[in-house]
Amino acid sequence: MNHEELDASLDSFGDALASATRVTPGNALRPEDIAVAGAKPSDEVAQYALHLGDDALILAQRLSHWISRAPEIEEDIALGNIALDVLGHARSFLTYAGLAWDKSEDDLAYWREEEDFTSLQIVEQPNGHFGVTIMRQLIISIYQHLLYSKLLESTDETIAAICAKAVKEVDYHRDHSAAWTIRLGQGTEESAAKMRHALEVLWPYTGEMFQDEELHRTLGDVAVLPSTLREAWEKEITDVLAEAGLEIPKSGMAMAHGRVGEHSEHLGFILAEMQVLARKHPGASW
Amino acid sequence: MSHKSNWPLWEVFVRSSRGLSHVHAGSLHAPDKEMALRNARDLYTRRNEGVSLWVVRSTDIITSDPDSKDAFFESPQGKDYRHATYYKASEGVKHL
Repeated sequence: MNHEELDASLDSFGDALASATRVTPGNALRPEDIAVAGAKPSDEVAQYALHLGDDALILAQRLSHWISRAPEIEEDIALGNIALDVLGHARSFLTYAGLAWDKSEDDLAYWREEEDFTSLQIVEQPNGHFGVTIMRQLIISIYQHLLYSKLLESTDETIAAICAKAVKEVDYHRDHSAAWTIRLGQGTEESAAKMRHALEVLWPYTGEMFQDEELHRTLGDVAVLPSTLREAWEKEITDVLAEAGLEIPKSGMAMAHGRVGEHSEHLGFILAEMQVLARKHPGASW
Repeated sequence: MSHKSNWPLWEVFVRSSRGLSHVHAGSLHAPDKEMALRNARDLYTRRNEGVSLWVVRSTDIITSDPDSKDAFFESPQGKDYRHATYYKASEGVKHL
C-alpha cells in the first residue's frame, strides 16, 4: 500500500481513528533494524550477545508450549505475550551476534547443535505445572530485569539499545509472575504446596545465573559481571516469596555449565522440536 | 485455585491516547482487581491500542432497562429547540 492509499484508507475510518482499537506500530528497535544498521560486533561482544540471546530463545520456546494449554484463556494470552516478548529479545541479540560471523538469526537458532547453545540451564527446565512455569519466570525475569537495567549503561550501543526495549517488557514479566506467585502461595494448601515444590526443583539452577566467566572480565564495561547481580536479585525474590508465604529452600546448587554448552537432557528435545521444520525444509520461509 | 466459573466478569475501558475518553473495549474474567488490570493489559492493549486502562466489575455498572427504552430515550425526539441549530442568529449580533 502506498502512502496515498494509506491516507485514503485512514480517512475512511473517520471517527474510528479515535476508537479504542486504534493501532499504531510504535517506533521500537526491531531485529530488522539491527541487521541493516551494520555495526559489526567483535567476536567477544558477539559471544556475549549469543549468551543473552540463547537464554531468551530457549525460554521463549519453553513458554510457547503453553499456548492453548494455559489454565484460563486470559492467562493463555498473557503467557503467549510473554513468550513473544522474550522471542523478540532473542531475535535482536542473535541478529546482532550473527553480524560478527555473517550468520542470520535463523542460522543461529536453527542450525547449531546442542553443545553450541550457551543458555543457562534454568531456562531449559521443564514447564511442569503452572506453578513451576510461574516460578521459573519469576526467577528469570527478576534476573533479566536487573541485568538489562545495568546493560543500559553498556559501552556497546547496540546491546544498550536492545536492553532499553527489553527492560520494559521484562519489568512486566516480573510483575506478572510476582502477582501469580503471591496468589498461589497465599491460595489454598494445594497451591502453596505446588509453589514450594516449584521452588525446590528450580532453586538449584539459580546458582549458575551468577557465575562470572572469563568473557565478562574481557568485555569490561560492555558486559555486567553476573556475580554483582546476586545480592539485589536475592533481596527482590525473597521479598516476593515472603509475601507469598514461601521460603527459599535449603537445597544445594546444581553443577550447571550451560554457558560452555553443557546442558541437561531437556535441551535436545527442545531443539528437536524447534529446529525440525527449518531443517526438513531448508530455506523455507513462513 | 477456584474454577473460572467463580471468577467474576470485568468490563474493560481503554484510552487510546491523551485527550480522548476511555472507550469500552470488551470484558474478561479475573479473580481480583489487580489480575483484572493485568489481563486487560494483555488482552486489549497488545497492539499498542492504549495509554490508560480502567477495569470495572460488571455487576457494579448500573444499566438502563432495555424495556423502558421508550420512556427513557424517545422524549427528546421532535424537540428541535434543544439544538443550537434550531435558533436563528439575531440581526446585528456579531461573532456568532
